[in-house]
Amino acid sequence: MSARQAALPAAAATIAPATQADPVGKGFVEFADVEKSYDGRTFAVTRMNLTVARGEFLTLLGPSGSGKTTTLNMLAGFERPTHGTITLEGQPVDRLPPYQRNIGMVFQNYALFPHMTVEENVGFPLSVRQVGKADIASRVASALDMVRLRQFGDRRPTQLSGGQQQRVALARALVFKPSLVLMDEPLGALDKKLREHMQLEIKQIHTMLGVTIVYVTHDQSEALTMSDRVAVFNNGGIVQLGSPDDLYNAPQSSFVASFIGENNTLEGVVDRVSGAECRVRLNGGGELTALAIGVAQGAPCHVAIRPERLTLTPTAAGGNALPATVDGRIYLGDHLRLLARLASDQVLTVKVGPESTMANGETVTVSCASNDCRAFPADAGSGGAIPKQGKTK
Amino acid sequence: MSALQPSELDRPALARGRSAADADLKSVSAALRRAEFGDRLRTLLLAAPLLILLGLSFGIPIVLLLSRAVYDPTIADALPKTTVALGGWNGQGLPGDDAFAALAADLKDNQAKGTAYELAKSLNARLPGARSQVLKTARKLESADGQAALDAVKSLPFWSAPSTWPTIRNGTHSLTSFYLLSALDLRWNADGSIERVPPEQAIFVQVFLRTFFVAAAVTLATLLLGFPLAYLIASVPKGLAAILIVAVLLPFWTSILVRTAAWTVLLQKFGLVNDFLLFIGVASERLDLMYSRIGLIIAMTHIQLPFTLLPIYSVMRTIPPSQMKAAYSLGAKPFTAFRRVYIPQVFPGVMAGCLLTFILCLGYYITPALIGGASDQLISNFIANYVNVELNWEMAAALSFILLVFTLALFGIFARILGLDRLKLV
Repeated sequence: MSARQAALPAAAATIAPATQADPVGKGFVEFADVEKSYDGRTFAVTRMNLTVARGEFLTLLGPSGSGKTTTLNMLAGFERPTHGTITLEGQPVDRLPPYQRNIGMVFQNYALFPHMTVEENVGFPLSVRQVGKADIASRVASALDMVRLRQFGDRRPTQLSGGQQQRVALARALVFKPSLVLMDEPLGALDKKLREHMQLEIKQIHTMLGVTIVYVTHDQSEALTMSDRVAVFNNGGIVQLGSPDDLYNAPQSSFVASFIGENNTLEGVVDRVSGAECRVRLNGGGELTALAIGVAQGAPCHVAIRPERLTLTPTAAGGNALPATVDGRIYLGDHLRLLARLASDQVLTVKVGPESTMANGETVTVSCASNDCRAFPADAGSGGAIPKQGKTK
Repeated sequence: MSALQPSELDRPALARGRSAADADLKSVSAALRRAEFGDRLRTLLLAAPLLILLGLSFGIPIVLLLSRAVYDPTIADALPKTTVALGGWNGQGLPGDDAFAALAADLKDNQAKGTAYELAKSLNARLPGARSQVLKTARKLESADGQAALDAVKSLPFWSAPSTWPTIRNGTHSLTSFYLLSALDLRWNADGSIERVPPEQAIFVQVFLRTFFVAAAVTLATLLLGFPLAYLIASVPKGLAAILIVAVLLPFWTSILVRTAAWTVLLQKFGLVNDFLLFIGVASERLDLMYSRIGLIIAMTHIQLPFTLLPIYSVMRTIPPSQMKAAYSLGAKPFTAFRRVYIPQVFPGVMAGCLLTFILCLGYYITPALIGGASDQLISNFIANYVNVELNWEMAAALSFILLVFTLALFGIFARILGLDRLKLV
C-alpha cells in the first residue's frame, strides 16, 4: 500500500488532463451512450459514457455480470453495441471488425496458440501484417526480452508456467505496437504472489511504453494497485469513476464503499441533516455524526466506516462514540484486528497497532471522526440488494 | 524476478552434479516402478476376463484363419508318395516314370479313402480345370494296377501338360506362398521367379484399388459434409448442439442393414431420389443410381458420416472461442485466423475421423453387396464369397491378410506422421 501511496502524486499529475470532465471528442477512447443487450429485454451495459485518455491505465472494476467484460468486448470489436457509439482516436469504430482495430488484447486464459512455439505466437500479429522475416525475428526477440522470456522462444506454451504464459500473451499483445491494449482479467488464474509480481511488471511496461491500457478485473486491490483511474461497474453501468485514492477515501455509494477495501457498515435512520453532515440514529441504539452522501432526513441509511479509522479507548469518549466489548483479537503481524461487539450485538472490525494490549472481554469505547463516517441511502443497497436495472425495449 | 527463471549461476553446478543426480534418479525410478507394479497388476487383473475372452474368441481364431493363407497341407497329405518321388526332380520338363507311378498309387489311395474330391478341389484352385482331370484319372485307376495304372495316367494329356507337374510340386510344400501371391495377382513361373498372372486371370489388384478408391471417395465426402456440420454443432448453444448431435446419431442407432435397405428404396430407378431430380430438373432422365458406384458412395457416405464427424466435433469443442478472438485481435482476417489458428488445432480430429472412416470403408460388405453392381464389389465381398460359396478358405485368408497388412500400414503411417497420442478418436 505504501508503494501505491508514494506513486500517487505522480499518477495524479499524469491523469490530470484526463478527468471525467474531458470534453466529448477529445478523449482517446470515447463511449457515448453505449448500450448492449443480448436478449432484447435486459441490458448487459446501460447508457454508458466513458472517456479514456491517451496513455492512461484505466481499470473496469466490478463483480461478475456487472458489464465490464461486455464493455471491453465492445471496445475490442467482438460485440457490437445495440445503441450508441464508440470512437477510437476520434474515429467511430462500430463498423470496424476486430482485426482492423489494431488493439492488443490479453485474455483471461492467455489464449496462446498451443500449436505454435512462443516465438511463433509472439510473431503471429507481425506475420499476419506481412512484416518481413528478419524484422519479425528482431521485434519478437525484443518483445521477449521485455518480458524476460528470450530463452524460452522455441518452447510450446504448454511447457511454460502460468506466469510465463501470461508474459508471452503480454508480449504478443504489445509486439505490434498497438496504441491501446485491453486486458481481460489477465492475472485471474495466477496465485497471489505471482499476481502481485505481475501487477508491478504490467505497470512497469505501461510506464515504459506509454501505451493506453484498459484493464478488467473483479479484484479491487489489483485495481487500486495498478490504475490511474478506476471505473466501478455495477448492474451494467459505471457507479463511480475516479482515482484509486478517490474511490477508497470518498466512495459515493454504499456499493463502492463495500466493494472497495474493507468497511464496517451500520444501519440506521437519518435523524437530521445539517450541511454536509447528518446525525444518524443507529438501529441497535446509539447515534453517530456522519458525512451525508445523498441522504434525506428520516430515511433509512447505511453508515460505512473503514476499520483503520476507528479507534478504541478504554474510557468513555465524547462525540462520535459507541460503547463496546472486545470480542476477539486477530494477529496479523504488522497490525491487529480487534472485534468490537456493540450493545446491538453488531461486531465492528477495528485495525490497531500490534502493540495494543486490549484483551478479550474488556469494555471499551469505539470512536471515529465524523468525516470518516459516510452515510449512504439504504435503498442504494450493497451489492446484490440493487434491483436489476433491466429495461424492456 | 530470479524466482521465475533459472539463474545463470546455477548452470555449472547443475552440470557438475548431473552424473550423480542421474544415478539417484535411476534408483528413484526403479523404486517407482516397483511401487507401481502392484497397481499395474491389479489393473491387469481387472481387465483379465476381457483380455482372455478376446484372446480366445478373437485373437486365436484370427491367427488360425490367417495362417491358412500360408499353410495348406491338403496336397502334401493326399500325395505322400508323389511328394517323395518329386524330391529328386529338377522341375524341368516332365518327371520320371517313378513320379507317375507314385501319383497313380496316391490317386488310387485317395479314391479308395474318398478324399479324391478334396485333392481335386485344391489342385483346381491352383490349376483351373484340374478338378475333372483328377477325378477322371482317379476313377480310371480304381481297377488298374502297376503298369496299367502308369499307362492310364500317362494316356491323359493333362498329366503331360507343362504346367501340371510344377503345380503339383509346389502343392506338395505345406508352407505355400501361392495364396498370398494370388491375392496380389502374382504367381511363381516355371523357372522359379515371381510374375504377374495373365490379365484375364488378374482380379484382386483391381479389387483392392477399387476398395481403396471407394474408401477414399467416401472419406472425402464425409469430411466435406461433416466438417462444416461439426463446426456448426461446436459453435451453437448447448441445447441446440445436443439436438443436432442426436440428429447426427439417430441413423447411427439403426442397423446398417436397415439403412442400406432404405437406400435401395430411395435410389432405385423409380425411387424418391430420381423422382426428385426429375422434378427439380437437374436430370432429364432417370439415373441408374442403384447397382452403381455413385449409389454405393452415397449410401456409404451416409452411414459413415458420424464416424468422421464425431472425432472432429470432439476436438472442435475443446478449442475455446478465445483462440479465434485472440487471432482477430492480433490482426488476422477471418480466413487467415481459420487457416493458421483453427485448422492446425482441429487437424488431429480431422485425421482421426478420416482414418476411422477410411479403415471402416475398407471392410464394407453389406452395402456393396446390396447397392453396388457387379463391378462395385469390394474386397470383403470377395472374401465372403471365398468363405461361403467357393469354400476356399486359404484364398479368403490370403485376401484378409493382405487387407490387414494394408490397413495396419496405413494406420502406422498416420500414427507416424501425427503421433498416436494426438489422434483423438472421440
